Amino acid sequence: MKLLKIAAASVALSLMSGVAQAQTEITWWHAMGGQLGETVNAIAEKFNASQSDYKITPVFKGGYEDTLTAGIAAFRAGEQPNIMQVFDAGSATIIGAKGATVPVQDLLVDNGVDFNIENYISGVRYFYADNDGKMIGMPFNSSSPIMYYNEDALKKAGVEAPKTYEEFEKVTAPALKDAGYVPFAQSHLPWEFVENFFSRHNLPFATNNNGYAGAKGTKILINSKEQKMHWTAVKKWLDQGYFGFYGTSWGDNQSQFEDGNVALWIGSSGSFGGLLKKNLPFKWSATNLPYWEAITKEGYQTFIGGASLFAMSGKPAEENQATAAFFQFLTSPEIQYFWHQQTGYVPITTAAYELAKKDGHYDRFPAAEVGIKQLSLQSGENTRGYRMGFYVQIRDVENREFTRFLNGETDIDSALAAIEKEGNGLLDRFSKTQK
Amino acid sequence: MKRATFNNKWLPLFFLLPQLSIIVIFFYWPAWQALRLSFYLEDPFGFGSTFVGFDNYRDIFNNAEYLRIAGFTIVFSVSVTFLSLAIALLFAVKADKVIRGARTYRTLLMWVYAVAPPVAGFIFLVMFSQRWGPITEFLAQFGYDFRVGLDYTDTAIVMITASVWKQIPINFIFFLSGLQSIPRSVMEAARIDNASAQRRFWDVTFPLLAPTGFFLLITNFTYSLFDTFGTIDTVLRGEPASNPMTLVYKVYVDGFRGNDLGGSSAQSVILMVLVLAMTIFQFRLVERRIHYT
Repeated sequence: MKLLKIAAASVALSLMSGVAQAQTEITWWHAMGGQLGETVNAIAEKFNASQSDYKITPVFKGGYEDTLTAGIAAFRAGEQPNIMQVFDAGSATIIGAKGATVPVQDLLVDNGVDFNIENYISGVRYFYADNDGKMIGMPFNSSSPIMYYNEDALKKAGVEAPKTYEEFEKVTAPALKDAGYVPFAQSHLPWEFVENFFSRHNLPFATNNNGYAGAKGTKILINSKEQKMHWTAVKKWLDQGYFGFYGTSWGDNQSQFEDGNVALWIGSSGSFGGLLKKNLPFKWSATNLPYWEAITKEGYQTFIGGASLFAMSGKPAEENQATAAFFQFLTSPEIQYFWHQQTGYVPITTAAYELAKKDGHYDRFPAAEVGIKQLSLQSGENTRGYRMGFYVQIRDVENREFTRFLNGETDIDSALAAIEKEGNGLLDRFSKTQK
Repeated sequence: MKRATFNNKWLPLFFLLPQLSIIVIFFYWPAWQALRLSFYLEDPFGFGSTFVGFDNYRDIFNNAEYLRIAGFTIVFSVSVTFLSLAIALLFAVKADKVIRGARTYRTLLMWVYAVAPPVAGFIFLVMFSQRWGPITEFLAQFGYDFRVGLDYTDTAIVMITASVWKQIPINFIFFLSGLQSIPRSVMEAARIDNASAQRRFWDVTFPLLAPTGFFLLITNFTYSLFDTFGTIDTVLRGEPASNPMTLVYKVYVDGFRGNDLGGSSAQSVILMVLVLAMTIFQFRLVERRIHYT
């Protein structure tokens, strides 16, 4: 009896080691902490359980910046992971370094995976693509800014969530203020009031096809009359008590909405899952980002923020095959829907979106659909996104100047001029790093 | 006494080799790399680099923001050094006089030293929080709207307070042992001369404490320049915006967050030169006025 057990165990062991030998192992460095990290691990486990040829190991590397820096250091030492997550503002850095990554489109096609860029949601498709529209990075945690609203507050004030900034200014804000609320706040000035502002109004954000046509000679077009008009209005609202500004940190603004002080809050469509789990003491929902009717009759689509996955170059063919298999798995409707449901990030393909609709996800949570609907609105030549190098620093400059402007330390003309000057300086410096 | 001499010129060098190589590999080589990189603009992934001469330095000095940060760094370092030394000295003088429970009193004061800088930053961030900070609420009663992370001065106050708070204990330990090593006979002589307590302190105690004070001055200055990084990082939470920061933090922001290797290297070279100059200045000018017993 005992002998039999030992024999069985040894057979099982040898079988297992046989499996382990045949498996190709790949690693995935990501920046998803907490709840998001657990969902990432769940996806990896699902993938590992779904087949026996490949094994993926996700590794949490800290924040977005930390992950990119760690990846760069590893790449220079020849120890890069197979897959690396890079956020929107860092995409020019990694895409600009030609040869650092294998374009996902090539990776998938070369490994026999069906690829059609039209299968991806419109606002998702081209953000991580090159100038010719070839997808370089695989969109992963994709989100877009949307406007959340406190339904109780709107009811009390007798108004509806505004579609345009004009409506907000004339109707919504005064009523909400009278009802005792701070009418409006946001969480990320550059992302919500600059980058997506250009997309929502289909305005060019940078020369060279918004920077996609190459780093050389790209200039930022932030110093425009539309931006000036928007910021002048924001400052006026701040002074009138129509707008609340609690600093550049995300949470300081979101918490004001959660506390019920602020009635309308622009956040990320990816904030949805977190808000849902918090059981806020009031009814809330979400709607599209407002736009200025003075600039466009109808709002255009926004593009994605968040981050995408890059397949690092310099890996053996069988590992690239494993990466391709994982990307195929990751973009499957079921996994995308799972990710969408758990986190609130948008599903990146139309098939996943259809699945979520069919399953009744949006009947249960209408707010969950806002981000994806907004990403599928009418498109224009300036709605695919932007590509600017050293953009992390440019964002810092934007935050700095806008904070100064809102604090009353500078006027809007000098603020925009300063961003333009420093931004162009940084873009010029970046173009010199590129061969 | 017997003197050991080497006949071979190379043998002593050989024995020194391990130490020398450590110094070269870990100190001079990185410094050299920083110096070299500061003349280039390099793609972070290492695919391309362009020699730009002094462009990186020129960009830095043409940047109004950099000069503003340099200005803040001076204000920050001087206030942190001065306040943490002054408060620690006051505590040490008082503790020196305690007879009952002296040990407990000292231990209580030293505790804080074990707190890690980011934790120190976090503690103060909570106390001054816009949303539920007790100190913010306290200040609000006097009509002061304290907004950390939004108001430049308010944020600077939190940074300085946290950094000073963190540094007081170690200064306290040094000052206290310095005080206790002052010969009792000297103090007695001063007392017999009927000097007032204040004069006794400034004319006798303070000069005798000077060597300790000088040592602390240098360590505190480097502390405020470099080791406050964790505290500042916690207070800013990765959002520099219009908030104050020091030169070291700027090196990090550009190099590690922004992947601008050339610019960040040039900044660290500038910082290196600055600290070197400051140390030489302190040793040349301040140390002359100090009498070691």
